[in-house]
This record gives sequence, structure tokens and C-alpha cells, in this order.
Amino acid sequence: MLLWQTSQTINFAQGEFVMIPAFFVLGAMKFGGLSFPLAIAVALVISLLVLGLLFKRAVVDPILPHGMLPLVISTIALAILMKESVKEFYAADAQPFPAAWATTNLDLGGAVVSVQNLVIIGVAVVAVIALQWFLGGTKTGRQMQATAQNPTLARVLGIPVGRMVLYTFLINAALVAVASFLVSPIYLAKFTNGETLGLVAFVAAIVGGFNQVRGAIAGGLLLGIVDNFVAAYWSAQYRAAIPLFLLIAVILWRPQGLFGRAEERTV
Amino acid sequence: MKRSLVAMSLALAAGVAGAQQTVNMPIVIELSGAGAVSGTNFRDGAVLAIEEINAKGGILGRKINAPQSDTQSNPGTSRAQVQKAIDSDPYVILGPVFSGSVKVNMILCQQAEVPQITGAEAADITQAGNPYIFRTSFGQQMSMPKIANYMRDGLKAKTVAVLWVNNDFGKGGRDTFVKEMAARSIKVVSDISTESGQVDFAADVVKLKGANADAIFVYTNEEESARFLREARKQGIAKPLIGETTLLGQKVIDMAGPSANGAKGHVGLSADAPLPAITQWKEKFVKRFGYVPDHNGIKGYTGVYAVKYATQKIGKFDRKELAKALHGMTIKPEEEPGILMETTWDANGDIDRISFLAEVVDGKQKIVQTLPKLGK
Repeated sequence: MLLWQTSQTINFAQGEFVMIPAFFVLGAMKFGGLSFPLAIAVALVISLLVLGLLFKRAVVDPILPHGMLPLVISTIALAILMKESVKEFYAADAQPFPAAWATTNLDLGGAVVSVQNLVIIGVAVVAVIALQWFLGGTKTGRQMQATAQNPTLARVLGIPVGRMVLYTFLINAALVAVASFLVSPIYLAKFTNGETLGLVAFVAAIVGGFNQVRGAIAGGLLLGIVDNFVAAYWSAQYRAAIPLFLLIAVILWRPQGLFGRAEERTV
Repeated sequence: MKRSLVAMSLALAAGVAGAQQTVNMPIVIELSGAGAVSGTNFRDGAVLAIEEINAKGGILGRKINAPQSDTQSNPGTSRAQVQKAIDSDPYVILGPVFSGSVKVNMILCQQAEVPQITGAEAADITQAGNPYIFRTSFGQQMSMPKIANYMRDGLKAKTVAVLWVNNDFGKGGRDTFVKEMAARSIKVVSDISTESGQVDFAADVVKLKGANADAIFVYTNEEESARFLREARKQGIAKPLIGETTLLGQKVIDMAGPSANGAKGHVGLSADAPLPAITQWKEKFVKRFGYVPDHNGIKGYTGVYAVKYATQKIGKFDRKELAKALHGMTIKPEEEPGILMETTWDANGDIDRISFLAEVVDGKQKIVQTLPKLGK
């Protein structure tokens, strides 16, 4: 979403971007002998360098001038490369991933709520608020928004467009790393995790609105609720199909997404 | 020119002689995808046995050559890999473990008259009249009655919920289990299918909690079992979680962490069985591969030793004779220590041996009871 808004980059390897930081952590612990907190810090730095800086410099910058389609194909290829690399050089089977928080449950008025879930929700809320504040409340954030809305005009106004785009890639890398650290203790770390996560993220973004951060968040929440309600109260067999029906309905009747903004482009 | 021709002839002769001194036993197995845990354990168990046998001179003086290929846990790919293995003139084929894969590739082995030593457990695999398929563990028709008895006699359950994986293994197990429940007048109050490779079990656990059954029977593959256990723990499920080896295996326990504690059930094979032969095997495995094996490691290991023993009995490398010899054969550890436990194959290629009731305690599988062979 961020990448699309600032650099018109559609990243089909986004799911793998969430999968791989968990393996940076496991690799740092296994081969580097680091403690878990230190491995998290190292993995975060590696994610910023590889998934942020290197991805922009080695993949996006050279390919984007040739158009959207080559970039889409390149990111699909990158996703395959990342998956197969993890499979080849680390493990093909699922790996247990330590949780950075207690795995106990709280009893809230008879309802069992896991501390894990509370941490995930808390971190997600903090991340969204911090991102919104950064984009709207700081000078750099506003420059990034200006770059997103009209890079040419932003450049005329003296905004360092290249640097703003780089910041976006770094923020994206940091967010996927945090997401990876949060979901891997539950889903286990596995090279195929990106397939599920990437698909769900895309559907959520399209349903909510591809050009609005708020839309993507709302889309994600809606999808999660629909998925779980369908599985719990209707049919576990058709749970995977329902979000796709939702996606088709949105594309047919509200292509800009439920909370998105209609955009027109010269073709 | 002459000299190079002589050199080439010598090299060719040496190659032929080398080929004659080996016996080809391809391992076609799940090394990636949803079955990677099972497949890797099976493969490593087989490799351990092959290394031991080769170190002692091989079978009838011929060393075992065991090329490996990955089915990617995909039936279509497994069929192509088995065909490729058959083209290399194998003596036997080891694997795969996934029932769905075996169902589509065992016909190739049957047509080529190549014995296939599989880790698959779906009930119908050995009921298709294929004389070349041999199990290395219980089929579901053997294990489910034991679980059903435990549900009735051990847990005194009147109602049960079933969570199963929607593939050939899971569907076969679910159908057999439901039939056994009906025979014991235990009511199935919730019947939940899940997908192979599923990562999110939140909604399934909500549904299970709502069913409020006396016990929950979990029949999914290893990785899904671990994810389910984590989610069940997260949502505070208090009912007994009952399963088979795919719920109680050490790899599942390692992946699920403390969430696995309290899970119970029947295990046809266990790396934690209180038998000296199994304990020694486990130590060898850990030393060789650096991880604690699950029951699939025993499948691969004993499968290779069964082939060795039967081949030595018939005294030659004859695929048809091997298949004939294995039907009805009983191998005792006194005669072949590599078989680990006394094992009998029936006329269908099904296996009979002792099995165990187990529970996960403090991150370890604890055997609480040893059940005798069905044929005794």
C-alpha cells in the first residue's frame, strides 16, 4: 500500500517479505549464537537493508522505468527466489519460533483471551497510529505524502523525492519484520507462509481500497471477521472461498474498494 | 586412438562392475510442502539403515544406492517421481508417506512389479488388491479401533468432536473413526474438516469449544497438528485432545512447545517407546542427524531392514519373489535387530505389531501402556 502510493510499486513478494524476517531471527540464533532479543534486533537491521534498501536499489529502481508489468513479474520471481532459498538453505519444514511475550491466557469475565492476541492487537494499533502520525504530523511524512500525490510537483517544490521513496521502502521493511515477529510464534516459521499471507493481504487491500492506508486496515479487519465467522458458524470447508466472493463483489460494484478513492489515469 | 579406446573400455567395464555391486532403492518422499516433517524423518530413518547396512557390506554383497527425490507433498509430482524411479530399474521403492500420493503412484509400482515400502496409513491403500504395496506402520483400520476403545474405556466419552485434514489421509481416518464411534454408541457432535497446510485454526477452535464434547479427536498432519495445539492452548480448550502419531510425535511436540502438554492418544510407533532397541535407535538417529526423530524415522529405518531380511531369506535380488516373501512374513528382532520390534505383514501388506497409548508430559511423549499385537 505504502509502496504503491509513493512509487507505484506493486510487490507480489510482500507475503514472502513477512515470511523471511522470522528466518533472519532463527538464522542469527542458530548460526550466530545470538540470544532471542539480539537476534530480533539483527533481523530488523537485515530486513531494513535487504527488504528495504536492496529491494529498492536492485529490483525496483532498474525495472520500474520499463513499466508496471515487468516489475510485477520481477516481484513474482523474487517471491519464488525467496521461498526456494529458505527451503534450500534453512529448512523445508515448519520451525518453532519463540514468542517474545507470555503465552498464557487471561480470563476476562468468563471469556478466555490470550496474551498473544492482546500483544498482536496492541502492536498493530500502535503501529497504525504511529504511521498515521508520522505521515500526517511530521514534515518528512508530509513530504512523503506530497511525493505520493504528485512526484513531479514535489520535486519542483524541492522535496527530495528519491529519499522519500527510500523512506517508504524502509518503513515497509520495518513493518513486515514486525508482522513476521508477531505471527510466526502462532503460524510457525515456514517457507510457504508468504503464500497465504500475501494473498490475504492483497485481498484485504483491494476490498478496503488500494489507495488508502485506512481502507487496507478496514479491509483486513473485515476479511478477518468474515473468515472467522464463516468458519465458526457456517462452513469451515468454504471459508477460503468467501473472501474471494467478497473480492469479486467489490471489484464488480465498487472497484476503488469499500473505503478507497476513485482514481483516473491517462492510458 | 587405440590407447584411448582401451581406456574407455576399461572405464566402461569398471562402471558396469560398480553398478553390479549396488542395488538400487530410490527414496521418493515428501521433502517439502505439507508433508516435509514426515518425509524428512522417513528419509533420514531410511538413510541411517542404508548407511549401517552398507558399512557391513550391503545386502548379499551389494551396497545400497538410494537416490532421493522430492514429491513436494504433491500427488501429481509424486507420480512423476515414482515413474522416474521405475525407469532407473529399482529393486524396491521407498516412500512416499502421504496417502494421497501413494494412491496415485502405487499403480505404477504394481504395473512395473516393483515392491513399494510406504509410510502411508490410509485404510484403502492395502485394500486395492495390489500385491506390491507394503506398509511400515498401522493402517487406519488397525489403529482406529484402538483409539475408539480408549475413548470408550479410558475416557468414558459419550460425545466426541472430530477435527480432520481434508486430504486422503485425513478423510480415510475420519471415516474409519466415525464408523468406530458409531459401533461404540459414542455420538459425534462436531465434524470439522480443515485444509492441508492451513495456518489459522482460530475459527476451528471456536467451533470445537461450542460443541462442548467430552473429548476432541484431532487427525491432521504434523505441522497442522502443531498449529492447532498452539491455537487450542491460546483459546484455553480444557477438553482432552486425543490423536494418533501425527498429534503426539516428537516433531509436533517440538513445534507446538508447551501447548502440546496434555495431548493423549494411541501411537502405532513411537521413538519414545520403552524398548531398549528403540532407545538405542533414537540415540543413533540423534547422533547422525542432530534432531529427535518421530515415528516416521522408524518407518523408514525398519522398512529398509525388512527388505534386507526378506532378500537374504530368498537369497537373490528378485522383485517378485521379494513381494511374495514379505506377505505373511514375521521378522523378529532376534533374527534381524534392525526391525526393532517383532513385525508381521499380512496378505494385503498390512502390518501387525505392538502399539502404545501415550501422553505428552513436560514436552516429551510418555508411553503409558503397551498394547499387544492384534494377532496375539
